[in-house]
Amino acid sequence: MDFSWLSDPYYQESLWTGLINTLVLLVVSAVLGFTLAVGMAMARIKGPRPLAWLASGVSIVMRGTPLLVQLFFFYYGIGRLLEGIPGIRESMFWGILRDPFFYATLTFTLSVGAYTGEVLRGALLSVPPGEREAGRAFGMGPFQVFTRLWLPRAIQLCLPTLTGEMILLLKSVPLVSTIAMMDLLQVANIIRDENFLTYEPLLFIGAIYLVLTILLTLCLRQVELNFPGVRAQARSGGWLSRLRQPRPA
Amino acid sequence: MSQFAQEGLADWAAPILAGAVTTLQIAFAAYAIGLLLGLVGAASRLSPWAPLRALATSYSTAVRAVPELLLIILLYYGGSQALTALMNALGVAGKVEISGFVTAVGVLAFVQGAYMTEVFRGAILAIPKGQLEAADAYGFSPMARFRYITLPGMLPNALPGMSNLWLILIKDTALISVIGFSELFFTVQQAAASSRAYFLFYSVAGLLYLLMTLTSSAAFSRLERYVRRGEPDISAQEA
Repeated sequence: MDFSWLSDPYYQESLWTGLINTLVLLVVSAVLGFTLAVGMAMARIKGPRPLAWLASGVSIVMRGTPLLVQLFFFYYGIGRLLEGIPGIRESMFWGILRDPFFYATLTFTLSVGAYTGEVLRGALLSVPPGEREAGRAFGMGPFQVFTRLWLPRAIQLCLPTLTGEMILLLKSVPLVSTIAMMDLLQVANIIRDENFLTYEPLLFIGAIYLVLTILLTLCLRQVELNFPGVRAQARSGGWLSRLRQPRPA
Repeated sequence: MSQFAQEGLADWAAPILAGAVTTLQIAFAAYAIGLLLGLVGAASRLSPWAPLRALATSYSTAVRAVPELLLIILLYYGGSQALTALMNALGVAGKVEISGFVTAVGVLAFVQGAYMTEVFRGAILAIPKGQLEAADAYGFSPMARFRYITLPGMLPNALPGMSNLWLILIKDTALISVIGFSELFFTVQQAAASSRAYFLFYSVAGLLYLLMTLTSSAAFSRLERYVRRGEPDISAQEA
């Protein structure tokens, strides 16, 4: 086993870049994806019919096809189509539209929106209607009822599943190495090529991922413990129990 | 424009369908082995013997904490080296060559087994203890107890998890294309690159995967109705 490349400052810097790119992609697509999920869940519950159909359609397609295929579809499929639009190369958006990070974020946001939207929809429907009526009786407007009552109660009901989705998202990030984004796996692949190594760099980032997953699990557990009303739920089961959430189909 | 006719969907239909068949073969084989690994893993995690329990727990925890793509690449490259080293140590000279199909199945089954371990463990723990004690009191052998009590008792609890894992597996077979084995998605990538019709071919790939996952979900919900026969219908009360 040869780990001498670890002392090379150039590789150290690349690995830091890879780690930061991985984490930025995780946080950005989690935040955007959750926002989209709220929108998609509400569109299916209360939205006008065409919007509800659109949300269901997106949800079925994003959950029924491999994430890798989606990445290729957006990066190569849509990306090449955009290239063909006259004048787009000269426009100010071209810098963004050429960047794999843009397509990775777009794909992951849609994917998180679809999976989490499905979870959130179930949770929103499980909040007893009487609680919303109570909010109305206290003089809250429909928007206030949603932000102060309905959504927080729904999140309370599905928080363990939501945090499980975050872990699954972290584990999806290496896929972006296939569209030439500099994540940890891509850095490992470069180190492998340049040093004629087969598996040492892979083992190293495997260990990084193990640590990242455990750290994220611990952080999310703190979130669960501090979220009002979820304490009892989160206490049951060891802290590794979050890993045991297979993705709901 | 080029004077040659553009390669189209018609030229690639046969290779792509052949790729889809390979994908299904990989998925079925990996699922079958994954089920066995899961049963062994769950039995080990519930075993009274601590070292066995620790081994199974570290298997399922480590595999589930590392990204699938990374594991697939790692096992593909590391696995053949490890096997070569093992064979050389056993006195067999030379390099071990494993076929792409066997590697694909092996790697996916290894990952599936870890998730399946947790599904089965949960499902077995959900069986009321009295039922197992009753089997013992009636003098069932361990095999008979497994066949007539544990298996039918855990199936309704395990099936939703098993169905999830099958859908995840179908989608994970696409990852095999990264190590260059010619299954559905690898063939589609070749088709897209050679015809330059990226949008068309990646849409076709998406549709084929969607067809597989939707058919599977329908089949699994029928199967779940079958294993839950005789249980009180809770969905009727919920509506």
